[in-house]
Amino acid sequence: MASQFDVIILGGGPAGYVGAIRAAQLGMSTALIEKDKLGGVCVNIGCIPTKALLHSAYIASLLGHAKEFGVEPGTVKTDYGVAMQRSRKVSDQNSKGVEFLMKKNKVTVVKGAGVLQPGRKVKVGGDVYEAKKAVLIATGSRVKGLPQIGLEINKTTVISSDEALFLEKAPASMAIIGAGAVGMEFANIFHAFGTKVTLIEALPRILPLEDAEASDTLTKSYRKRGIEVIAGAKVKKGTPGKDKVTIQVEAGGAAQTLEVATVLMAAGRAVNTENIGLAECGVQVNERGFIKVDQNLQTTAPGYYSIGDVAGPPMLAHKGMREGVYVTELLAGKKPHPIRYDNVPSVTYCHPEVASIGLTEDQCKERKLEYVPGRFPFSASGRARGTGETEGFVKILREKKYGEILGAHIVGIPASELIHELAVARENEYTVEEIELAIHAHPTMSEAVAQAALDSLGRVIDM
Amino acid sequence: MATNVYMEALSPTMEEGRVVKWHKKDGDPVKTGETLAEIETDKAVMDLVARADGVLRQVAAPEGQTIPVGSVVAVIAAPGEAAGETPTSAAQTKPSGSGKRDTGNVATAPAPVAVATPPAVAPADATRVKASPLARRMAKEAGVDLKLVTGSGPGGRVVKKDVERAPNQAAPAAAAAPAAPLSPVSRVPLPERTGTAYEDVPLTQIRKTIAKRLVTSLGPIPHFFLTTEVDMERAAEAREALNKQLGDQGEGKVSFNDLIIKATALALAKHRACNAWFQDDHIRYWNEVHIGMAVAVEDGLITPVIRHADRKSLTEIGREARELADKARNRRLQPNEYTGATFSISNLGMFDIDQFTAVINPPEAGIIAIGSIVQKAVVVDGHLAPGRRMRITMSCDHRVIDGATGAAFLRTLKQMLENPLAMLL
Repeated sequence: MASQFDVIILGGGPAGYVGAIRAAQLGMSTALIEKDKLGGVCVNIGCIPTKALLHSAYIASLLGHAKEFGVEPGTVKTDYGVAMQRSRKVSDQNSKGVEFLMKKNKVTVVKGAGVLQPGRKVKVGGDVYEAKKAVLIATGSRVKGLPQIGLEINKTTVISSDEALFLEKAPASMAIIGAGAVGMEFANIFHAFGTKVTLIEALPRILPLEDAEASDTLTKSYRKRGIEVIAGAKVKKGTPGKDKVTIQVEAGGAAQTLEVATVLMAAGRAVNTENIGLAECGVQVNERGFIKVDQNLQTTAPGYYSIGDVAGPPMLAHKGMREGVYVTELLAGKKPHPIRYDNVPSVTYCHPEVASIGLTEDQCKERKLEYVPGRFPFSASGRARGTGETEGFVKILREKKYGEILGAHIVGIPASELIHELAVARENEYTVEEIELAIHAHPTMSEAVAQAALDSLGRVIDM
Repeated sequence: MATNVYMEALSPTMEEGRVVKWHKKDGDPVKTGETLAEIETDKAVMDLVARADGVLRQVAAPEGQTIPVGSVVAVIAAPGEAAGETPTSAAQTKPSGSGKRDTGNVATAPAPVAVATPPAVAPADATRVKASPLARRMAKEAGVDLKLVTGSGPGGRVVKKDVERAPNQAAPAAAAAPAAPLSPVSRVPLPERTGTAYEDVPLTQIRKTIAKRLVTSLGPIPHFFLTTEVDMERAAEAREALNKQLGDQGEGKVSFNDLIIKATALALAKHRACNAWFQDDHIRYWNEVHIGMAVAVEDGLITPVIRHADRKSLTEIGREARELADKARNRRLQPNEYTGATFSISNLGMFDIDQFTAVINPPEAGIIAIGSIVQKAVVVDGHLAPGRRMRITMSCDHRVIDGATGAAFLRTLKQMLENPLAMLL
């Protein structure tokens, strides 16, 4: 007899563990199957440890400028190994935290690699678990290299974030291929720990999915501090040697050869759909490799649902978490708030941070929307001057007729926190007026949001 | 907390309502959504429903009395709440659900509510509408009455997409008094056609009520029927000419059935209001035309679907119809071949049936029943002459299609069959 549960979730990452907790809250017996540590990529080798390392990097950069603030720290020495060890502790604490939450909510955690079987069953080793209501596939994604140009991840000279997070010391030089969130964050981290960093992006600008103004600001900021940025670049060939890698890069018609100690592949991810029994159960994947789901996130096999990275973009922890909540509420017979995929905030935690929601200015133009941009640079903010963190801006794109917030883009040290005012506003269909009507405390970085809203109405005060 | 019961605007143009009958008496327990009273509006007798749970108190408007919209007609007190209090004080001190709601009415609701003076607050407050700021601005600009829009947001909140789909009421409101212009086609302004397969249009309150009432009075689907006689002389000539041409090329011949399918599909493309599904809380107006074709099989009947029939040639339709009918008789139809029709045709012409009514295939909103083409004496230019005539009877789901809407569609279909060249237009 197979052990029975109402809901079985395959994968203990953000989508899976949040779904498990919500399912348990709704009174469903729940099993969570995880072959590695609870918390998935996010907690163990993604969002969480990188934020710890980024803070180490931030402290290093702060101390570099401390003298002008009247603080002389003496000689500043950095040690990536120590920062790394600290980040591991943070990850472990978080993973244990997830374990605790599973116990607290009486979710049965099954350790091992699960394989789906027909009839809403999952096999783990010799045991079979049967779901009365549904199986949720939340197997996530992993990094992938570019083997076609000779840059297969060898874990020594050609590494991915998986290895970068465990390095004992920062390499002397590093080429980072891919300037999305991962590439941007590691460029920031390693540069602060003394690595000579070259950031290479195939598309015409770094952070290619963000607003062009954000890309520009970050390009300037990185170059100013000594990070080499090559965008619109094609990596023609990579030749890993014993303790170095030679790569040929072509950008703007000019070819150059770089010799670096380490190459960090930060481009592209692959979803984990292999060897989990998808085909046997009739769960189909689409042409991009993601599991095919309908609007209820049900796969092509009734009773099997999919959430998180494996269910499709955007591949973000918070999107997966919401999907976990959505599906389990659906299974409990509730009418969950529909997921607005056009209102998922996107954040890159480099310095300064980049956060956005909704459409970019280019997208507004492509869609021929009538819009008015409202901008407020942090250089005009008293609070920002006080901390010396004046890089960046808040930009709000206001729909001309009704004042709808079409998109918002923030570059600046607290961008990841500020973006949520706009996320709440958009989810509730507030217009720029409602943003501006709320009194914002002075002096704060948040004032910039209200000022940008005012600017979109042609009434900015502080500029 | 007590909640005021207001005379609500139960029709778009209603300014006052006459209490026909109270279904609940003073002191009766009531639940949200339960009918409190029947109200005669300018259009029909409608139900006034409870907006809160509790006990009905202070029924102020006697049966037969006419009360302006927005006036208090009773109070719903929380269970036990009003027991020891006099009704008047209940109304004055605790008239509304929460501190945030309808505070204006607390002061202005007159103590003896029977006087039924309109409160100082605009009637909009009578049925408080939950709507997002963006939806409010759009509605104001577009002249849409938010009270008439069904909200799809959290807790029934009206959001942007609801307003976008709502019919624009600015014009009718301004021109309500003079005789309404004749509108032979659909009264429901359809959303703009987009590239998608269909648009879901939420049911407006009035549409919902019509739906509910018609269903309860006539059965699960409120059918009504329209019959027209079509002169098939020119269709027969066209068919002969086409078949002569096709015969030379060795292709399958065109049947009357193929002509009817094509004409129906083209007419539906012009009358989207008839190419629709009734979906409980919304009507799905299809931009694509998929014709279900009733085929008799051994122990019943099945309707295989000719997809995008408006875009297919007569020979394509003919070939597909034959293939599907064969498959149907051999029980080899795949589910996707007999689902998803947007409108159906039932043809009993070959069985010597002059005229009949077909039963609608839910969720479709209409079906046409085709009779035999009969030779009969007809009057042409004042003289008796032999003619070939065919009767079409359309069954309509009244929740979606109104009489004039169905008639307009049928007229287009008739014109196409009587002048097959029109199909080329």
